[in-house]
Amino acid sequence: MSKKYHVTTTINGDEYEFLCEAQQTLLDVLRDELMLSGTKEGCATGDCGACTVMVDGTMVCSCLVLAVEAEGTKIETIEGMANGNDLHPLQRIFLELNGLQCGICTPGILIAAKALLERNPDPTETEIRYWLAGNLCRCTGYDKIIRSVQAAAKEMRGA
Amino acid sequence: MTDLRYEAPATLQAAVALLAGAAGPVRVLAGGTDVIVQMETDLIEPALLVDIKKIPEVRQITAENGGFRIGAAVPGMQIQGHPALSKAWPGVIDGVKLIGSIQVRGRASIGGNLCNASPAADSVPALIAAGAVARIVGPAGVREAPVEAIPTGPGKTSLQKGEIIASFFLPSRPPRSADAYQRFTPRTEMDIAVVGVGVNLTLDANGTCTAARVALGAVAPTVLLVKEAADALIGSRLEEAALDKLAQAASAACRPIDDKRGTKEYRIKVAGVLAKRTALQALERAKKS
Repeated sequence: MSKKYHVTTTINGDEYEFLCEAQQTLLDVLRDELMLSGTKEGCATGDCGACTVMVDGTMVCSCLVLAVEAEGTKIETIEGMANGNDLHPLQRIFLELNGLQCGICTPGILIAAKALLERNPDPTETEIRYWLAGNLCRCTGYDKIIRSVQAAAKEMRGA
Repeated sequence: MTDLRYEAPATLQAAVALLAGAAGPVRVLAGGTDVIVQMETDLIEPALLVDIKKIPEVRQITAENGGFRIGAAVPGMQIQGHPALSKAWPGVIDGVKLIGSIQVRGRASIGGNLCNASPAADSVPALIAAGAVARIVGPAGVREAPVEAIPTGPGKTSLQKGEIIASFFLPSRPPRSADAYQRFTPRTEMDIAVVGVGVNLTLDANGTCTAARVALGAVAPTVLLVKEAADALIGSRLEEAALDKLAQAASAACRPIDDKRGTKEYRIKVAGVLAKRTALQALERAKKS
């Protein structure tokens, strides 16, 4: 039997403990062991950004992080974005402005957009496009995503 | 799949002992953005992964003798967010910023970019042009090697069993020095270089180039340091004739392959054009520095 590694980590403010094998990715464990299936698997090679999460404040592809590396870290996933029943402004405005169609890329894009707006509350369209270059969307053509981020940024600035 | 063992030692000595003592295939885990993909796609099947990120010296950027020491596992986002390093070595930052996405650079390191040994690695021509020196720790102790001595072919390095790159040293800069890295790709982001060029140069008070290094990526099995291309710049003020000589020398050094990103002929041509553009960008930066 493969060796299991015991990992303690904080996800969306809650402490989690799990056992994993060395080759399991953080994405595998989030989805299949912890049932946090909001984070999506697209390519599993770091190209598409669907699995984007925050680890200790850094935006990463969870398919490119081993679960065993999560020991002692603080992780934020899409499940932690809404405040109870109140959607985050980015989530609500993506719905209002049709910033998604199939929705597979959306959790990763929302995590990435939130990280951008925390660093830069008033990004230009170019800055948004470059920041989201690692998040692929095959439905929207990106325009509605960019408009949604711009509208959310405006609301969050109180403008 | 064989039973994979994961270790995260706290010191370089412990990491070296693990790597040197391992019976099966081993991999060093820094950012993992290549290693994990290669494991997932069954390109490699290591028996042991040695995660070096718990080792303080591979995770730090420190000032040293007027230059900088960059830990081999420092993530790209941390490198590009370092103001003094960005000011002194803008070309190295150009290269780092082109590695993958922001998510990828949240993890990917220059040690990994070098040891993955892709001829198209974006930080490597910039590091070679910069004259970066790798500090290597192994069973026989510590040794230093110029970055250009590390890759020996696609996916292959000159590192011996048990050896780890701990850090890179970028030296202090004379006045009027600057570097630049440009790559040619069909897309601006998330792409792999068709050709990459790193140029590092120093001007005298009259604007004459007194020192230069030129490195080419994605045009040979390893990144090339091209002395003839540097010689075309030294003694000139980067006038049109010198830039033409640079382009010819860069093109002449290429030994590319045909692949889906470009033909041999195309890469050879682009190497010359891009060398000129990159040299002019380094020149503008050096005049302002």
